[in-house]
Amino acid sequence: MFLIECPWCGERDESEFNCVGEAHIARPLETEKMSDQEWADYLFMRSNPKGLHREQWLHAAGCRRYFNAERDTVSYRIAGTYKIGEPAPSEAKK
Amino acid sequence: MSKYSIFSLLRNAVSYHENWGAAWRSPEPKKEYDALIIGGGGHGLATAYYLAKEHGMTNIAVLEKGWIGGGNTGRNTTIVRSNYLWDESAHLYEKSMKLWEGLSQDLNYNVMFSQRGVYNLGHNLQDMRDIQRRVNANRLNGIDGHVVSPQEIKQAIPEINIDQGCRYPILGASFQPRGGVARHDAVAWGFARGADMRGVDIIQNCEVTAINQQDGAVTGVETTRGTINAKKVGVVVAGHCSVLAEMAGFRMPIESHPLQALVSEPIKPVINTVIMSNAVHGYISQSDKGDLVIGAGIDSYTGYGQRGSFPTVEHTVAAICEMFPMFRRVRMNRQWGGIVDTTPDACPIIGNTPVKGLYFNCGWGTGGFKATPGSGWVFAHNVANGEPHELNRAFALDRFTTGFLIDEHGAAGVAH
Repeated sequence: MFLIECPWCGERDESEFNCVGEAHIARPLETEKMSDQEWADYLFMRSNPKGLHREQWLHAAGCRRYFNAERDTVSYRIAGTYKIGEPAPSEAKK
Repeated sequence: MSKYSIFSLLRNAVSYHENWGAAWRSPEPKKEYDALIIGGGGHGLATAYYLAKEHGMTNIAVLEKGWIGGGNTGRNTTIVRSNYLWDESAHLYEKSMKLWEGLSQDLNYNVMFSQRGVYNLGHNLQDMRDIQRRVNANRLNGIDGHVVSPQEIKQAIPEINIDQGCRYPILGASFQPRGGVARHDAVAWGFARGADMRGVDIIQNCEVTAINQQDGAVTGVETTRGTINAKKVGVVVAGHCSVLAEMAGFRMPIESHPLQALVSEPIKPVINTVIMSNAVHGYISQSDKGDLVIGAGIDSYTGYGQRGSFPTVEHTVAAICEMFPMFRRVRMNRQWGGIVDTTPDACPIIGNTPVKGLYFNCGWGTGGFKATPGSGWVFAHNVANGEPHELNRAFALDRFTTGFLIDEHGAAGVAH
């Protein structure tokens, strides 16, 4: 069982949250100039790393706001959560 | 390696069954093979088996990082069916079903394939319309199936709750009589033995750490047991396919999620078929030992840890208890997870990759077990000829670029 630290509500049970996939995938700006390959990469390709993963979570049964988390996909340990727009904890340390 | 028969059974009975030979060898890896299959699960072993049997390629090896059949092959709920909506997937899974029907004879190994039928329940009007449509599509593709009413379900499965007053009432189901279950370990072992008999080297405890390439073509792999060269490499590693793709230098449209299953204490025979419900995320059958075998949905987060979270199990067990109130007091014995490789359209990726001589067979997500023989059969064709077979042409990696997705999500739901 996870305890997840929502950046707005604090530590809550995992059953209140939904994981909604990889974070930091920016929507391309000049879409009319994109090739099919680039579209496929944006829409479908995922890094799916074995190790540290940056992902979006939704506090569905709480404040209903999105935030990002850094989590190890093997141990499932959450290294930290951060608001959208903020740098990831592992980046901030550098 | 001796053929299993009534005579070998009698012969070995004389020596109290203490002198049965090993079912496959454990050879040292050679320096070079004609082809390598990475991943010694059911799909990888089936690929090796059909490469040797159908395409005469016997100088090949299967590389397995742990022990064969120790991943998703040994962790699924063993359901076999072929009632998929779209032509592409229906043809592929039906090919597999036909291979299942003769598999024990073909392998000379009892895979305990039991065609006890599979029910897919509907809980609302839209479910029932989708079921009607899917059954019609199946019949046009020559796949058996019919729609059954709650009363017919109750007649076949007296323990089920068809009370219309509950939150997710059972309004009907599709029934595929040729569906059923098979013994998952035996499938891996049977294919391993069959491949080994034809000269395939099965190398366990051999993890691939890099894929060697030269001028855009694969030349071999680095492993924990040294370099092994081959001009053809087939990758069949399920949850770890993104990791292998990264080694080869390209990205996959795949996310690996934990998928959990659990079994109860053994009880007297109570369910003689397979019941699946996409809407409430509960799949149940009873093994020959007597345990109720229950499958859950995937966890929402990605993970390589071969375990999932408790709320997912709780959700599934709640659904099972609503469908079968008499199981409320059954105790669960064991629970585990596997890593499933899910794709955006819930269909596998089988075929060529940007690297010449490197082939991927992955993305089976939550429903790969049923496809084991068919998947190996088409992938063997693809590896041997360097070109896809008609049955797997539509499942190429480039469908995510061309946009020709095969949207089985709506048809198969989460159960798969």
